[in-house]
Amino acid sequence: MEQFAPVKRSEDGQPVRYLIVDDSVFARKNLARMVESFGGQVAGEAGDGVTAIGEYDRLSPDIVLMDITMPQMEGIEAAEKIVRDHPNARIVMVSSVGYQENIVAALQRGARHFVQKPVKPEVLYEVIKYVMRDDAASAQGAGAGA
Amino acid sequence: MRMDLIQPFINSADAVLAQGLQSPTSIENLSMEEEAYRRKGIAAEVCLTGEIEGRVIFDLDPETAGRVANQFAGAELPESADLVRETVCELANQIIGNAVTALNDQGFHFRVHPPTLHTSETGTKSSEDTEALVMCFNTSHGNVFMNVALRYNRRRASEHAAIAG
Repeated sequence: MEQFAPVKRSEDGQPVRYLIVDDSVFARKNLARMVESFGGQVAGEAGDGVTAIGEYDRLSPDIVLMDITMPQMEGIEAAEKIVRDHPNARIVMVSSVGYQENIVAALQRGARHFVQKPVKPEVLYEVIKYVMRDDAASAQGAGAGA
Repeated sequence: MRMDLIQPFINSADAVLAQGLQSPTSIENLSMEEEAYRRKGIAAEVCLTGEIEGRVIFDLDPETAGRVANQFAGAELPESADLVRETVCELANQIIGNAVTALNDQGFHFRVHPPTLHTSETGTKSSEDTEALVMCFNTSHGNVFMNVALRYNRRRASEHAAIAG
């Protein structure tokens, strides 16, 4: 797999911690390999939306990679519930179902970005950098305005 | 069966397989089937409900599924029946997800259910308006069979139009 410059947390330079949510073990393992190649750590995994909410509360990851079509509770609903309780949650939807309606629904419910499967590592890498940089920029902007 | 419903699945399978396996694919066989589906290897079934209803089955022999799993993972994976089943389901998920994206952007609204393993030797027999299109994608890692049985649900479509209107 291609090597990427590590993406670190801006506040303390530590590796980004990920929660990977997908009902496919195969997809979770693939995403785990990708985020590890970005210098990240897999804090936890979940196979459905309900488990994802519990794992988010328990682990407080920096980023959630969330599938959409899952049993019990779909990813968009889970993302909405997580963001309602944790407004700063960074959730990136990762799904093969990438039609506009779905993307808009996910973003309206608090997801930060959308990546369509099959996931290209270089695309996910840029999205992760963007989502992490977005937060650093917001923090700097808030600081500058204070 | 309407070809405009089928074409996105063919395009998507071709694109996902070619990208994932890093080599071109070709369609070796294409036929209409009215008999019940006979499983060839490890098969994943995805059901669709809404304006378009029916199901799509992906079917790979275990050796092909193992080779595809290794290629998709970018590493030699330990042999495991679970892994092979997971790979077939995820392959189905990605191909169908991309096809659904194209169909939705064309104005068709329906719901995709998570893939399930198709374990019986034969599937349900296709009805007159859901005859199945069966195609075999020849890839560098072996053959991938796709069986598509879909129909356009006019009642749902007219309900949708009435609500929209």
